[in-house]
Amino acid sequence: MKRLVLALSLNAGLAPAVHAVEYTKVQVDQSSITFTYTQMGVTMDGRFKDFTSQLSFDPAQPAQAKATIKVALASIATGTTEGDDEVAGKSWFNTKAFPTARFASSSVKALGDQRYEVAGQLTIKGKTQAIAIPVSLTPQGSAGVFAGSFTIRRGDFSIGEGSWSTFDVVANDIKISFKLTAVTGT
Amino acid sequence: MSHSYTATAKTLHWLIAIMILGMLGLGFYMHNLPLSPEKLQLYSWHKWTGVSIFLLVIIRLAWRVTHEPPPLPASVPRLQQWLAHGVHLGLYVLMLAIPLSGWLMSSAKGFQTVWFGVLPLPDLVAKDKALGDLLLTVHLSLNLLLVTLLLGHVGAALKHHFIDKDTILTRMLPSFIARPPDTTNP
Repeated sequence: MKRLVLALSLNAGLAPAVHAVEYTKVQVDQSSITFTYTQMGVTMDGRFKDFTSQLSFDPAQPAQAKATIKVALASIATGTTEGDDEVAGKSWFNTKAFPTARFASSSVKALGDQRYEVAGQLTIKGKTQAIAIPVSLTPQGSAGVFAGSFTIRRGDFSIGEGSWSTFDVVANDIKISFKLTAVTGT
Repeated sequence: MSHSYTATAKTLHWLIAIMILGMLGLGFYMHNLPLSPEKLQLYSWHKWTGVSIFLLVIIRLAWRVTHEPPPLPASVPRLQQWLAHGVHLGLYVLMLAIPLSGWLMSSAKGFQTVWFGVLPLPDLVAKDKALGDLLLTVHLSLNLLLVTLLLGHVGAALKHHFIDKDTILTRMLPSFIARPPDTTNP
């Protein structure tokens, strides 16, 4: 038995070529981070234009996968200049003091059928929360498209303080959807 | 031939009149507010009321078509009769066109109209900043025209009542206010 394990691990160590792909380079122009929420019962949406990601994901070894995503909060597009200016301000993101939101994965679990659960820490405005994000992987030629969505409560991160801190006008739940297209690094 | 409007016509006239006056004040007030939860709330209320006025005007037009209004007294010169009818026609057109322009503007600006936060109205135009700004100008211009016609409409009614001392105004007043013309004390 020991021999078999040794043989397998040797095999894995000696033959990295069997790894079909390892996605490492995120193609920003084919990736997006968007959000939706409700305001006075109306579904609104927006997106973040500027974000960077560090990724290493080998579908053959998902447990080894790592992802770090940093979003420049000032790059938010709410749909209006007035809205963009407002959310950059102190009561919302306070982008001067907290310019980036950061997600860092801590573990990745394969759920089968190209679906994964990525657990990690989400930090916005100096507040960190553990979250688990369902992600699906769709190979597209030499690229892999990682897509998924999750919901955060803006109150957990003090996004919208003062007169915005009640949820009757702008809801607490913010649904974040992402699509990251990555290619192999080598 | 009755010399007074029907109770239904009077009710719709005064209900819509009160709503329009409130909406004019609200529209000009909310437009200059800084972004705040109150502003978003007022905009929603403004839209909900606008949709309500539009529907009431449809009902009113249906009533108007099926219930002939009392004719203007023969004492009113022909030119003034044409002028009165022209202003009435203009008011009807504006009472439909103004909510429509507001609805289209909302869609173009990317804020869907959801009546009372429950019933979503379809977006007939896609989000488009230039179109949104244009429709804002249209909405404002139509309202300035409305104010002009209203001044003429109200001015004429008061002139008929206080100068001509005829029944033009009283035939639209609620029956508990309107009294037959005082003939004992001319």
